[in-house]
Amino acid sequence: MKQILIISGKGGTGKTVISGCLAVLLKNKTIVDADVDAANLHLLLHPKIKESYDFVGGKLARIDKEKCSGCGTCIEICKFSAISEDFEIDPLFCEGCTICSYFCPESAIILEDRISGKYFISETKYGPLVHARLGIAQENSGKLVAKLREIAKDIAEKEKKDFIIIDGPPGVGCPVMASMTGVDLVIAVTEPTLSGLHDLERILELANHFKIPVKVIINKFDLNPEMSSKIELNLKQKNIDVIGKIPFSEEIINSVKNQIPFLEYAKMFNKNRDIAELIEKILNNALYSTF
Amino acid sequence: MVIAVASGKGGTGKTTVSVNLALSLEKVQLVDCDVEEPNVHIFLKPKISETYPVKTVVPEIDKNKCTYCRKCSEICAYNALSVIKFGDDEKPSGEVIFFSHLCHGCEGCILLCPEEAIKRGEREIGLVRIGEKENIRFIEGKLNVSEVLAPKVIETAKSFIKKNIPAIIDAPPGTSCPVVASLDGADFCILVTEPTPFGLHDLEIAYEVTKVLKIPSGVIINKSEDDSLIEKFCQKNKIPILMKIPFDKKIAETYSKGISLVEAFPEYKEKFLNLFEKIKEQLK
Repeated sequence: MKQILIISGKGGTGKTVISGCLAVLLKNKTIVDADVDAANLHLLLHPKIKESYDFVGGKLARIDKEKCSGCGTCIEICKFSAISEDFEIDPLFCEGCTICSYFCPESAIILEDRISGKYFISETKYGPLVHARLGIAQENSGKLVAKLREIAKDIAEKEKKDFIIIDGPPGVGCPVMASMTGVDLVIAVTEPTLSGLHDLERILELANHFKIPVKVIINKFDLNPEMSSKIELNLKQKNIDVIGKIPFSEEIINSVKNQIPFLEYAKMFNKNRDIAELIEKILNNALYSTF
Repeated sequence: MVIAVASGKGGTGKTTVSVNLALSLEKVQLVDCDVEEPNVHIFLKPKISETYPVKTVVPEIDKNKCTYCRKCSEICAYNALSVIKFGDDEKPSGEVIFFSHLCHGCEGCILLCPEEAIKRGEREIGLVRIGEKENIRFIEGKLNVSEVLAPKVIETAKSFIKKNIPAIIDAPPGTSCPVVASLDGADFCILVTEPTPFGLHDLEIAYEVTKVLKIPSGVIINKSEDDSLIEKFCQKNKIPILMKIPFDKKIAETYSKGISLVEAFPEYKEKFLNLFEKIKEQLK
């Protein structure tokens, strides 16, 4: 079983579109939407939720006002400025370190499980999808991503799947790292913009840190062919393959508007089938050259 | 006045709006809080004058005092400390393993070690750069690759904001802790979206964040074409649509070269000035 992560650094380069294409292309797989902050893959894959669970992201302190003497020790100790002068805990800033509870002389601080979101095991016509909704303004998205991947792996092992497709989050921070550990291939989707290149470089650094092979796709390459060539050259020097370049296509945007994975949309409406074939070829190539 | 520019979805045009709004104003501070992938500098090309390291507190264990009692690893809510004990209580020996990336810097272990064997150490996790470009004071937070404490870098960057000059904050995508750290304390939040189901879905959650933080907000539709999807949502929730930037390949091309909108199309300067007036109007 191989795990493939689709990632970009910069947002909006086409991760979810490519993940949707992979979902159509690959047989026998489990799919994970690891962008738990702003999940979108379900908008293309239309999952039927089979199981739904609360995600306990950590602890949250609560002050028992009956016991509290107002001594202020907790306020002094809290490194996250999460306790107000009238001894209310701000859940937006409490990081659940629990240290206040050790120092409260009245034992007035209670630690409760913090439900930071929900996660789902769903069925789609493309196979099982494991996805989540992180609560608004919650933390620990890395932990939630790790949870989703653990479930996907269980399903994949039980059902003898060949692949796990992971649609990754933007950035290079904690949910991205949780998405990347232990995968077999990173497909980085970039665009020919200075920001795209800049963000791609940080993702490559991270993949290098984890020692994971990376293949790069330049999406909307014809928006700036010069920059596309520059990115290709830059990557060549780093010994990284650009496995394909996808032209800008309004039909890809239309497939998103119609909420259909592009490979299916192209066939269904007979639009830009050449681009669909190109994407198929690029993705097949990425897999064959790696595995 | 502090204006944050946010969006649930990445790639909708947060940086475009932040940079161009800043370039259109007389005197302003522009703060790049997308510390995982800061991009403002690409478009602004500021002259950097100061750089400050961002440090987090980490435990430093004095092996001479440590009795390997495991108290620190028991109380660490993030499992950042692991203690292995060899030998007996008479002559304790062992190893304390510290997983720096899991540590949140709560300092609990330092306070609670019964032997006072843990000192406050420091670890660098990122940088804040300060610079200038014409009318703009530039502040940028940058998280080191493979670090996770983005909020700490964001808070440090924001601590350099001067009170008497308007500030524009370019926030990261998403809805979790780095976004909250970026938006906290802002007077107004611009939500940048695009007229697709992805754009709408992520606008909905970004709007929720502004509601939780009690920050008034307004929407900019980028890559505007048929916007009925977004317009319906805004109408229903009474969110003002402050501006539309049309879908235009020429705009995409200038963006790709790292050229700002107002530089390439000077007529946009007035539109961004207008945007600023509309925001001031909203805040009255």
